[in-house]
Amino acid sequence: MDLNLVIAGEAGQGLQTLEEIIGKALYRQGYNVFSHKDYMSRVRGGHNFMQIRFGNGEFHSPREEIDILVALNQDGVENHQQRVQPEGYILFDGKAENERIISVPAKELAQRVNPKAANTVFLGVLWQLLNFELEELKKVIKEKFPKEEVQQDNLELLQAGYDSVEAGFEVEEPSRSGGEGYLFLEGNQAIGLGAALAGVQFYSAYPMTPSTGILNYLAYRQDKLGIAVEQAEDEIAAINMALGASFAGARAMTGTSGGGFSLMTEAFGLAGLMETPLVIAETMRPGPATGMPTRTAQGDLNFVINASQDEFPLKVIAPRDQEDAFYQTFRAFNLAEKYQMPVVILGDQFLSDSASTVPEFKLDELEIARYLIDEDNWPEGKEYQRYEFTDDGISPRAYPGQLSDEVVLVDSHEHFQTGRISEDKDIRKAMVDKRARKFEKQRREDTLEPYYSGPEKPEVLMVGFGSTYGPMLEVQQQLADEGESVGMLSFNDVWPLPTAELEKRNAYNTHLVVIENNSTGQFSRLITAYTEMGADYRMLKYDGRPFTTDELYNRMKDEVKY
Amino acid sequence: MLEKDIYEPDRNTAWCPGCGNFPLRKALAEALAELEIHTDDFVMFSGIGQAAKMPHYFKSNAFNGLHGRALPPAIGFRMVNPTMKVIVESGDGDTYGEGGNHLLHNIRRNPDIAHFVHNNQIYGLTKGQASPTTGTDIKTKVQPHGVTGEPFNPVRFAVGMRASFVARGFVSERDQLVKLMKEALQHRGYALVDILQPCVTFNKVNTYKWYAQNSYILNDDYDPTDYQSAVQKAEEWDEGIPLGIIYREEKPIFRDKFFNLSDELLVDYPRPVDREEFMREFS
Ligand SMILES: Cc1ncc(C[n+]2csc(CCOP(=O)(O)OP(=O)(O)O)c2C)c(N)n1
Ligand SMILES: [Mg+2]
Repeated sequence: MDLNLVIAGEAGQGLQTLEEIIGKALYRQGYNVFSHKDYMSRVRGGHNFMQIRFGNGEFHSPREEIDILVALNQDGVENHQQRVQPEGYILFDGKAENERIISVPAKELAQRVNPKAANTVFLGVLWQLLNFELEELKKVIKEKFPKEEVQQDNLELLQAGYDSVEAGFEVEEPSRSGGEGYLFLEGNQAIGLGAALAGVQFYSAYPMTPSTGILNYLAYRQDKLGIAVEQAEDEIAAINMALGASFAGARAMTGTSGGGFSLMTEAFGLAGLMETPLVIAETMRPGPATGMPTRTAQGDLNFVINASQDEFPLKVIAPRDQEDAFYQTFRAFNLAEKYQMPVVILGDQFLSDSASTVPEFKLDELEIARYLIDEDNWPEGKEYQRYEFTDDGISPRAYPGQLSDEVVLVDSHEHFQTGRISEDKDIRKAMVDKRARKFEKQRREDTLEPYYSGPEKPEVLMVGFGSTYGPMLEVQQQLADEGESVGMLSFNDVWPLPTAELEKRNAYNTHLVVIENNSTGQFSRLITAYTEMGADYRMLKYDGRPFTTDELYNRMKDEVKY
Repeated sequence: MLEKDIYEPDRNTAWCPGCGNFPLRKALAEALAELEIHTDDFVMFSGIGQAAKMPHYFKSNAFNGLHGRALPPAIGFRMVNPTMKVIVESGDGDTYGEGGNHLLHNIRRNPDIAHFVHNNQIYGLTKGQASPTTGTDIKTKVQPHGVTGEPFNPVRFAVGMRASFVARGFVSERDQLVKLMKEALQHRGYALVDILQPCVTFNKVNTYKWYAQNSYILNDDYDPTDYQSAVQKAEEWDEGIPLGIIYREEKPIFRDKFFNLSDELLVDYPRPVDREEFMREFS
């Protein structure tokens, strides 16, 4: 079973609340859920829609075909009805112009109870059509509306909607008896939770879609976490504050999207030169400049890898999905401290704003490693030098005040081992080499090979990074079921680029299809630069929307030879 | 009392002979020594410029960051470390030009930071262009017809925002400067001290002599807690430049508003959290 619900309407109509309630209730009933927001950069009006896909299969991406459309306005009907499949329904508070439309008198019913709760009538109708019991849904509604009267009004309207229609769908029983063993969360929440459990102590950011969810998550929980979250005056301040906090010995992070990251680039290099650990979430949206604030893209890959002048070690990780976003954010903190360098979590709107059911996180396996010096075991009489030369390029890291009578001096100029400003040519070369050794070590020891699914030697190899994982995985499985020899390789570590798995899967006759959300094939070029492999086909999408499974499947059929 | 030479007077500096930064450095060393602030007890933050090289001429914990960005890392540090003194050293270009936005917002925050601005009314390091405080009509290589805009008056600006401590010093008024610095270091909150500091190479107008002739020390009966008189004093320049504490007001500091933060260092390991509880929010 693979059902697709779409809720469409305008900004301000409560779509997001409906999406959250439906998603959570379905997940609690034991289904797998994948939900995605398609919204405009405005507070009122326009046209937005939420897609919620659920069932017992593994879902990692949106689908085109709609089973039930909940249209909160006329535009909602008009924009989506052609995608509603023949046995599907359209719920609409208005005249039923064709037999698929079920007229839901939500406003009329709500008028008598609570006009603000009209949307809940739709929930009732929906649950009846799906032949579900109301139990889990009621619980979620109660959690969502803690006020007693509001709860009552909603439950009354829910029942009214439920009783107004008859069951419509033959729905498979969920394969699980409930949500147990699983979680349901959005990408931004996964990043926030990853940071929280990694022990982030300072987060500063300037609001920018689609990264703001991370700021919201941490700000809301800062009291409980005992940490500081600050909305900075601009992104330049945000990243520089985070660096100050990191210098003080705390785990620090900032988050933004491409425009804000553009402002951060000078300090990004500062983190590299100062060798100050920092985690930065860059959630991509189409650009350049303001671009499309609420849409998705993977166009900042080259920019992020090359951000800031000159050369310094850094790492870029593009989480594949909500589960990966959690683990990679956690890992980013350890790597930033191990190598004393900036680590970027490169997400995008599709990852940030999509929610999915994921297996519960393995909390016991998460280990925080700080890599600070131990002040009790510092050799007696040894001078502390922040940039001491070592074999692997990693110098002992202390924070100010940690060693009595010693100073910690970090500097944005090229510097001596002590941190003091230097223009000496030999020191300059030695410092560049020292930083390069850290990068080498990182490349050797801490690079994750991409995830592979498919036969040992596929004839066609789909390759992508980050959030294209979901649609790629689904399409690979569909094609494999049809007997095609196709594999998919999804990278999360993109810089430095791991190459072993790619080289292993790419036999001399493999047809390499690189799939990405930008217009020039940045990832494909990166692969060529580091492996001398060329893409046989670049499948690009740059309309601001993510790949849907159907779309990718059709494009594989149409554009790639089978 | 501590010895006064934590600033390591033998160190080679990049300053010109006679530079106003020398007496400023000495005054700061003296202020720290008199307050018995040891190397372990303070951290210096600076941006880029001749003034901002200050931390290199001290034995001090320091973060010598980017041009214009001395304040933000100081804030981040302040949040994490509530005990060490935080000192910001920066030039007029650094503070009032490139970093203007941070100045404005840090006055709003009122973090516990002592900020010493070396105001030589010129860009020294980049060899003599106008800064935000250079006087109108003053000619430089880049402003051959003279500076067109009106100079920025940092003291008037900070008073206008009711910054919790606003002072002006002059490097030749050594005793007063040490006193002002000590007050600033002891002030709980953001203390902005604009220090007139002649650039002997690039500013041929605002010289030691010029400042000496055009400035005066505020009378003892001047009341810096009175906002209206502070506004008036802060306006003065052409008719004589007032030196002293222009305005002060006790206010809660930035970190006080984060009641969730402990009084200890946020460092060694994060406060242990119930991981399970945080995860359960999503079930
Ligand atoms: C982003 C950036 N822009 C420009 C510069 C060049 N620069 C360095 S210092 C400086 C001005 C310094 O003036 P001020 O802050 O008054 O310091 P002073 O040298 O006079 O003490 C400039 C423009 C820089 N280092 N970084
Ligand atoms: Mg200057």
